[in-house]
Amino acid sequence: MTLLTIDWLLFTEKLVLIAIIVFASLGIALYTTFAERKVAAILQDRPGPNRAGPFGLFQPFADGLKLIMKEEIIPNTANKGLFILGPGLAMTAALMTCAVIPWSSHVTLFNRNIDLQVADINIGILYVFGVVSMGVYGIMIGGWASNNKFSLMAALRGASQAISYELAMGLALIAVLMISGSLSLKTIVDQQMQPGRLWNIAYQPLGFLIFFICAMAECNRTPFDLPEAENELNFGYHQEYSSMKLGFYLFSEYVNMIMSSAVMACLFFGGFDIPFLDEKTLAPNLAAVLGVAALLTKIVIFIFVFMWIRWTIPRFRYDQLMNLGWKKLIPLALLNMLLTGAFILWKQG
Amino acid sequence: MSTTDILFYFLSALAIFSAIMVLVSRNPVHSVLWLILVFFAISGHYILLNAQFLAIVNLIVYAGAIMVLFLFVIMLMNLNAEAEPQKHMWMKLAGVISGGCFLMVLVSLVRQATDMQNKSVLMKTGDIGLIKNLGKALFSDYVVPFEISSVLFLSAMVGAVVIGKKD
Repeated sequence: MTLLTIDWLLFTEKLVLIAIIVFASLGIALYTTFAERKVAAILQDRPGPNRAGPFGLFQPFADGLKLIMKEEIIPNTANKGLFILGPGLAMTAALMTCAVIPWSSHVTLFNRNIDLQVADINIGILYVFGVVSMGVYGIMIGGWASNNKFSLMAALRGASQAISYELAMGLALIAVLMISGSLSLKTIVDQQMQPGRLWNIAYQPLGFLIFFICAMAECNRTPFDLPEAENELNFGYHQEYSSMKLGFYLFSEYVNMIMSSAVMACLFFGGFDIPFLDEKTLAPNLAAVLGVAALLTKIVIFIFVFMWIRWTIPRFRYDQLMNLGWKKLIPLALLNMLLTGAFILWKQG
Repeated sequence: MSTTDILFYFLSALAIFSAIMVLVSRNPVHSVLWLILVFFAISGHYILLNAQFLAIVNLIVYAGAIMVLFLFVIMLMNLNAEAEPQKHMWMKLAGVISGGCFLMVLVSLVRQATDMQNKSVLMKTGDIGLIKNLGKALFSDYVVPFEISSVLFLSAMVGAVVIGKKD
């Protein structure tokens, strides 16, 4: 079944996989907004949203409906095309990361081995980096097109913050890549799954810490949510946005959080590996399903830590943020890289 | 026509169209955004040549970092169509003619080069663009130029810091 030399079965299979992953990510993001409010409530000793449905479980749908029903306002002086493009770009960039994340090993359906990964490209982690650096445009374009000084300032802040922390993130990543010797996320996970080998966190504790801090800054989460600092910038880069466009911006933050959690789980915590269990002894399909569950568990734990930090630590001042990024994290990451390199050389003898 | 051909023509058309839009746009911010699209199209070409590392690094460095800085500067300067200095008609004409001549020289140069003659493009098959081979080539055959260029980058960075420092 080939037309235009495309394997249409493979094409359909990937299309279905993409649809499932995108909708699952959006569904999880939907409930992450709910979890955020619940976690905040628990940390602040109050019940949190509990009106819509049992335990307030329908709250995200009520929130979404509210956003959709709001009036769509485009300011007169805004650059209309770019104003609409901004939130779309933010969302696209957030979702594109999921293409290279290995959600699990393969399942066998209808006599076909289906990899639970959209694309195992040999530059997987660089692809993630490319997409992350594209994410800045959503903020910058939206902030500029609003034609509002507060939005513009917030957008510039967000962009410079993202660029600054990308550097330390990349340097922390290089140390991991030196250990694994591959850029493919699937290979990195497979290596960590081998018996007798620990997860990368055991070899790279400092690298993980730097990566985690940078991921938090990239997602614009408190204590790094300078682009949304209400007391300085009113409402941040999405000040002029209303209705579902605002929803897209808020939502893309949660999608970003899920994706960065997934990347961290793959790089440092064995991806879909289940600790103390050799997956090869299980039936392949069962192992795949359990693998997805393991990865999702790790993602949920990361998201909880993200929220925990958000509701515990106050926001940095802007100069503190830049100091931390350029004068502490980058030298630390460089040191980590050097140490890792020296260690690898010493092991090789 | 195979899929590769279709992709090639699509990407080429996209690259040329966006490049023209970079020049034609009155708004500098639009120009920058079109330029980003050009980089995407060129990265697509790299992928067609199986040079995945080059493709993604092109995106990270040019579209992801340099263009962001361009946008920074343009947004802060608040350029717009009215503030843009208008050139004379004959200046534009002279620019077009000299640019066209330069293009002609380049094209003839590429067509005449002995390296290019009787060679076909390695679509999807070449592997020098893969990160492993590229790294080996850079750190064995080209290690001296590579290191020298890194020193050059370092000096540029130091220079930028010195200029940027208030005293």
